[in-house]
Order: sequence, then structure tokens, then C-alpha cells
Amino acid sequence: MKLLRRIIQNLTAHLDMPLFLIVMALMTIGLATIYSATASDGFWKLDRQLVNIAASTAVMFAVARTPPQSLMRWAVPLYLLGLVLLIGVALFGIVVNGSRRWLSLGFVRIQPSEIMKIAMPLMLAWYFHKYESMLRAKHFAIASGILLLPIALILKQPDLGTSLLIGAAGFFVIFFAGLPWKVMIGLGAAAGAAMPFAWNMLHDYQRRRVLTLLDPSSDPLGAGYHIIQSTIAIGSGGGLGKGWLKGTQTHLEFIPEKHTDFIFAVFSEEWGLLGNGILLFLFTLLIGRGLMIAAAAPTLFSRLLASALTLVFFIYAFVNMGMVSGILPVVGVPLPFISYGGTALITLMLGIGILMSIHTHRMLVKK
Amino acid sequence: MSEFHQGEQDPDRFRRRILFAGAFVLTCFALLFGRFFYLQILQHEYYRTRAESNRISLVPVMPNRGNIVDRNGVILARNYSAFTLEITPSKTLGLEETIDRLGEIVEIQLKDRRRFKRLLEESKNFESIPIRTRLTDEEVARFAAQRYRFPGVEVKARLFRQYPENTLAAHAIGYISRINTKDKEMIEANGHDANYKGTEHIGKVGLEANYEFELHGTAGYEQVEVDAGGRAVRVLSQTAPIPGNNLTLTLDARLQSVAEQAFGGRRGALTAIDPSNGAVLALVSSPAFDPNLFVDGIRYDDWDELNNHPDKPLLNRAIYSTYPPGSTFKPLMALAALATGKRTPNQAIADPGYFNFGNRRFMDDKVGGHGMVDMHKSIVVSCNTYYYTLANDMGIDNIARFMSEIGLGRRTEIDIPGEATGILPSPEWKQKRFKKREQQKWYPGETISIGIGQGYNAYSTLHMAHALANIVNYGKVFRPHLVHSITNPTSGEVRIVEPQPIRQVPLKPEHVEVIKRAMAGVVREGTGARAFAGAAYESGGKTGTAQVFSLKGGQKYVAGQLRERLRDHSWYVAFAPVDKPKIVVAVMVENGGFGAQSAAPIARQVFDYYLIGKLPGGPAPEVDSGEENGDEGAATIEE
Repeated sequence: MKLLRRIIQNLTAHLDMPLFLIVMALMTIGLATIYSATASDGFWKLDRQLVNIAASTAVMFAVARTPPQSLMRWAVPLYLLGLVLLIGVALFGIVVNGSRRWLSLGFVRIQPSEIMKIAMPLMLAWYFHKYESMLRAKHFAIASGILLLPIALILKQPDLGTSLLIGAAGFFVIFFAGLPWKVMIGLGAAAGAAMPFAWNMLHDYQRRRVLTLLDPSSDPLGAGYHIIQSTIAIGSGGGLGKGWLKGTQTHLEFIPEKHTDFIFAVFSEEWGLLGNGILLFLFTLLIGRGLMIAAAAPTLFSRLLASALTLVFFIYAFVNMGMVSGILPVVGVPLPFISYGGTALITLMLGIGILMSIHTHRMLVKK
Repeated sequence: MSEFHQGEQDPDRFRRRILFAGAFVLTCFALLFGRFFYLQILQHEYYRTRAESNRISLVPVMPNRGNIVDRNGVILARNYSAFTLEITPSKTLGLEETIDRLGEIVEIQLKDRRRFKRLLEESKNFESIPIRTRLTDEEVARFAAQRYRFPGVEVKARLFRQYPENTLAAHAIGYISRINTKDKEMIEANGHDANYKGTEHIGKVGLEANYEFELHGTAGYEQVEVDAGGRAVRVLSQTAPIPGNNLTLTLDARLQSVAEQAFGGRRGALTAIDPSNGAVLALVSSPAFDPNLFVDGIRYDDWDELNNHPDKPLLNRAIYSTYPPGSTFKPLMALAALATGKRTPNQAIADPGYFNFGNRRFMDDKVGGHGMVDMHKSIVVSCNTYYYTLANDMGIDNIARFMSEIGLGRRTEIDIPGEATGILPSPEWKQKRFKKREQQKWYPGETISIGIGQGYNAYSTLHMAHALANIVNYGKVFRPHLVHSITNPTSGEVRIVEPQPIRQVPLKPEHVEVIKRAMAGVVREGTGARAFAGAAYESGGKTGTAQVFSLKGGQKYVAGQLRERLRDHSWYVAFAPVDKPKIVVAVMVENGGFGAQSAAPIARQVFDYYLIGKLPGGPAPEVDSGEENGDEGAATIEE
């Protein structure tokens, strides 16, 4: 009995209950929606997702117990490993669907860009933390270099969605580290001026996605099909939705990628505006809690890491829902904690674990 | 550079940025919520409709086509259900390859491929086209097991039209065949396009065409939920089709069969009518064809055979082919004379054997003439001279007016499509018919040959039977019709096609009696006597011969020396019994020679069966008149 209590105590010691409950609520919604989306092909995807949840929750517990100082030690090796692997992809990667994103290690295929999603904010937070007391323009320039090198490699794969997410994650660290508004505005203006050149560098299918966003009906059976069908699904859901398992767009296969990137259309069709409101509310709570943790964090490293990771969750959710509802271009971004998929879930729960670690170790640091 | 300098870690600055980030997040989420509100509340109706039209597809369900039965309930057209193997070309990966591979599991003959190819040319790419019909159960099972290998190929249960009596009354019943562009226009013009959405066949000829909208029925609809691939997932609601109405004919299938067999494969036509109401009892066009060939798309060689056969089996001779009526015209001329007061029955002429008109001489068949000829004798011996004089006295206008009243040279309004108007010659007709001024003029000499049924005169057997029926019915004209009643199979309600007299020709009964008696005389002692020897009823008739080939003056007509196609057409018109006629018949045998020889025996068999139920012992016996010196000349020599 005593042993059991100790185990529970040990497990919950580094658990942030609000964060944990929010994530559990989101994953429950995810399971229900995956059930609906995959009902026609049996339940093996649901079973798999349960395994994914269990595994990623275990990862979360493990990371939550790890003090931020130890995490900091991982920053440089993880970043360098990610970079080496990305170079490996560029040289020996496997091409799937026209993109060179995967690296085969003989027994398993890995997608190194996934590592960067955590390694990047970790690395940058570590970097700013290291030069905390003497941050100058050159540190921001170096930080930009740290950020842009892997992004360039990922863009070449090509994988616009991931490079945007990693770019955002890195940018958030730099932003919270105190990049002056003037510089940001200047960079923004420069980026705007560079748009035409960037446009020329995009791949055809990427350009088409952007154009399709502006006018989905221009290509109703090709690139516009996904957006048209998911918008119909959302719109036909109405205020209260068609009810769980009753979404016709979903069950008659009109929605593509319905259990992964477009799962929001499934949810939205069946639960309506009410469901969407609840989902947005849960994400707001998640991000609010994350930002609170960041605000309360004792060190620059943990502040930057917590705030950047929190905004990464936001970017995931916003880009995904924006794309499915037709206000952002289609990029391959899953809806966090809802979409089916093990890799993404582990990355996300790793982030949650880091937030918990930062929060539950803050007193120890102060001591 | 001071802006970059964080100094002593400005926690306020960090907190401001956290607040800013929070505000940014809230703004973005508010934007998203606004988007959801727009889609799900403001535009909800629009997207709901789009989702519905995405998933629901209306599939028409074909109604059962009505059956056609004869007056005694013998089935002449019905439906049976069979499996077909159908290909939707647009959904296959490769059409030729698909057919080749299908050939490995079900038998596909060259003729099937040919028919498929022809249907393919006629149809659109997304329609499903049969490659094989009437699959056996085993073939259905074998295909079902390998279905996955054949995208775009399906087994469908379909109703097929069947004509169980095959060639019997084929021209009257007609047939159905696949709808073509012209049919589609017709359907649209009649406002039936919605009802024909799922229909693939339509009546093309005969009753099947004329009663198309009675027989077709009302299509039902299934609301089917379809997935993104267009596959039906389940049926949401169903409106059952209403089967088409059944037709009960006035036609007597057994009488029809007797009549058809009496032709023994010779080319010709027969129309038998009940004079009391215009009901068509038999409508024969010989040779016939098998309408079953047309139902699932006729094979090319069958079509070629039917279309190019010298006997033209597809032609409905009974209503479409017209021939000069020859001497069968004489009783009508006699009645016209009585009705217009140009002759009395007893008024007689002396027949020298010819009639001089201007510097032309019109010959009688009998050298030296028939002596004194009154009206009765003129019909019995078929005296040409009597009618030369009569025609001359009456004038073409009077003749044309009377003949039109009695039903010649106009449509009878029979209830199958394709009847000929025929040619009732008159000065007006000639003006319309010819373009050149000199050809348009009517010459009095032309009137003379009209009097004996030659010249431009041309009528179908339907015309002649109709006209005779109108006469023996004392001028009461009924529309000839094949359909007795229309039955609604669902409610059992029967609509009888009431025979309404369409007009009354002012004929005096005593005049009609003169004609009937004279025609009875033909059967008793004239050209009909041999064919009707020993008949158990009294009938009236008149033989006739239509010239196909005109001989140069002085040449003698010797049938044996002329090629078969140049021989004269043989006519016989008759009614029976004489007192109260129950049946009128007009028979025409192409190149049959004398009317007494070929046509009259056919009428005998029809009367025998219809009036006393007697079936012919064997094939129609040809009455050999033994005479070859001219049609009605036979009558005089017989005596």
C-alpha cells in the first residue's frame, strides 16, 4: 500500500494537473473522432492510436521528471544530431510522394525534421540562456543562422509545412528573447519585398495550393477538391452538428485524409459550431496554461523554451483549422492531440512533458 | 545597439511579450471562430444543400412495360427478366482489354462484340452498354467471383421484351428497340423526358410505337445515398414505379395465324375488319420478321438480311403498300353510280366488247362482249365496258368525291403508324402531284381507266377492307382499330376503346343490297365460285388484278412467260355472311396472277376459320383457274 502510494506520488509529483486534464480531454475528443472517421475500415487505427497515446504519455511522464538543467544538456547534441540526419536525408534520403523526407536506418524509417521540432527551440533557448547577460545583435544573427540552416535543408526536401512550423518555433524563441520590434518590422518589410522571389522558388504544387486557397472552385476536382469538400463538411455541420457518427461527408468518403490532417472537418461536421467552440476553448486553455508556465519560469532557458513550445501548439492548431476551413493554404500539419499518428503525438507530448518539467522544477531551482 | 541589450533580464519586457502573444492567440482564434460562424450559421443552408446533393442521387426505377394480348387473351408481347453483363466504357481501364479478359470467363462471341460496337457508337461514354445478354446462372456466379478484376463492368437484372409468338402479327405489334436521338426528341416534345430517365427502349413500330405512352408506365425513383466514388451505399426512400397498361387487341391471334399460313410465304397483305365496329381481326403482311431480333439491339447480319431481302419483310404491306385495285373497284363504282343517280340497277348497256372514246378504243376482256349487261351482271362477269361508260358518264369529280367519302385515298386513322394515304386520282390530285404544266392537265381518257380500278388508282388492303366495311355497314364509317381495351394492371380498371362512328355516308340500304347481292353472285357463279365451292355460309366477293407490267397493244398476257416479279397482283375483297356481315376482308397477293387464283383461296380460309371454326387441312390450295386469257374473263368461260 505504501509502495503504491509512493509510486503514485512519484508519478504525479511532476504532473501539471491542468495541463494534463486539458491534453486528456483533447485526446479523448481525438479518439472519438478517429473512431468516427475510420469506422468503415475496422478499429485497428483506433487501437493503434491508443497505443500511441500510451507511449507518448509515458514519454511525457519521463520528460516531466527530467529537470530543465538536464534538458539543457541535450540541446546541443540533439540539434547537431538533427542537422546531421537532415544532411543525411539530403544525400541518402528515401523519396516518398515526390519528397525526400525519410531516412532508412535499416529496420526503421525516421523523419529527421520531426526531431528538429523540439531540438530547435531547445537549442535556441540554450543559446540565449548561455549569453543571457550580454545579448547583442550578433547573438541574434547567430541565432538566426542556427534557425535557418536546418530550415533550408527541410525546404529542399521539400516540406513547406514542417519548415514553417520549425521556423515559427525558432522565431518564437528569438521573439521572446527580446528581438526588437523595429527589427521585426524591418524584417517583415524585407520579407514582403522578397515575396515575388520566394514565389518563384516555390514548387509548382506549392504555388497551386496557394492559388487554390484564393479560389478553390478554379480546380474543383484537383487541388481544390479537398478544401471544397472540407468546407462543405464544416458548413453542413451547422450550429449543433449532425451528431457523432452521422457526418455524411465523412462516412461517404468525401473528406480526404479524414483521420489525419483533415480530421477537423470530421469533428466539425458532427459537432457543429458548438463543438468547434469547445475545441477552441480547450486550445485556448492549453495555450493560456503554457504561457502562465512560461511567465512563472525561473530561468531564461525555461522561459524561452516554455513560451516557444506553447506557441508551437498554437501554430499547429491554428494552421490546421485554418487550412481545413479554407482560410490558409493546405500544408501538411496535423491537428495537435486530435489527428491520428504516432510521431506527431510523441513530439507533442514531449513538449507537454517539457512544460511540466519546467513548471514542477521551478521551486527546486529557486531553492 | 542598446535595444538588443537585455541588461538585467527585463522580466517586464518578457511579460509584455507573453501578453502580446496571448492577445495574438486570442485574435487568431477569434478569427477562426468567425470563420466557423460564417460557414456553419450564415452559410449553413448552402452547405447543407451541397452536402445533400453530394450524397443523394436519384436513381430512376423502370416500370414494367404493359403486355399485349389478343382478343382471347393469347399473349403477344410480354416481359421476362434476365441478367446482362454491361460495361460502362468511361469507367474501364481499357475497353478492348476488358472485353478480352471478360471473354475468358463468359462466352463472348464475335456477334456480341459487333453489337456492342454498334451500340457504343450510338451511345454516350458514361452509359452502360450490354456486352452479353441472357447470362446463365453459372456465368453470373463466375463473373461475381472475379468482379474486382473488372472495373466498370456490372451484372444487371433487366426486363426484356419478348414476343412469344415470334413472327405472328409482327407488323401490327411492332417492336421496341433502344432509344435513339430522334426518339429522345419525340419524348422531350411530348414532355415525357422525366419519365424516361431510366428507360432504354421505346416502341419503334406498330402498336408498340403508337401506344408507347400507355405501355410504358410511370417510372419510380429511388433516393440512393452514394459515396465519393459514386457507389450506392443504401436506399433512403423509394417511390415504386407504376407498370404500364396492358393492351387487349381486337386481333384474333388464331385467325391471324390461319391467314398468315394461307399466304405460304408469298408476298402480300391481308386486312380483316369487323364491319359493325371497325375492329381489325387480322392484319397480315407477308413475309414477316421476328420482332424479338430487335429487342436487345439487332445484330448486324440480321439487320442486313431483313433490310436487303428482295421480299422486304420489314415493310408493312397491309397498311403501307398500295396497288391499283383492279376489278375490286367495280362494286364501289356501281354503288357510286346508284348514289349519284347516274344508273339504276336495271339500266342495261349493250357490250360490243369495247368502248370507243375519241380515237381510242378501250377493250373488254371478252372478245365480242358480254351482250346486254345490267348492274348485277356487270359485277358478276366483271364487265369492263359497263364501267368505261359509267366512268365517262359520271366524270372524275363525282367518282373522286364518292370514293373519298367511302374511305379511299385518305388515312383511315388506324391506330398503328405508317399507313399510306393511297392515291385517289382527281384533277386536283394531279395538279399537286406533278410539277410540269402539261402533266398537270387531266385528260378525260384517264377517267375511263379509273372506272375499272386501273390508272393512277392505288390503295392498300386496309383501304379496300375499310371501304367495303363502310358499304356493307350502310355507310356508317368506323375507325379501323387494333386495340379493344386498355387495362390498368394495378387497379384492374378497363378502358374500352369505344367504337364511335366517325361519319355517315348517305347510302340508301336498297342500293347497298344491290351491290351485296351482286358480290354474292360473284361467289355463287362468278370468279369466286371455285375458291368458295361448298362453303357452309354465304359470302360476297370480288376478284381483281392489278397490272404490274403493261403489254403493248395486241400482245397477249401469258403469265408463265413473264418473270414472276412482272406478273399481275392478285386481289380479292369479300364479306360474309351476306345477310349480316361479321367480317370483311381484303387480300392482295403480289404477282399472284388472277385474283381468283391466289387471293380468293386465302379469304376462304380466313372465313372458314372465323365463321365456322374450320382449320385448313393443309397448305393453302391454289385454285387453278386453268385460264390465262385475262382476269375476269375466267368468269364467263366458267359457265
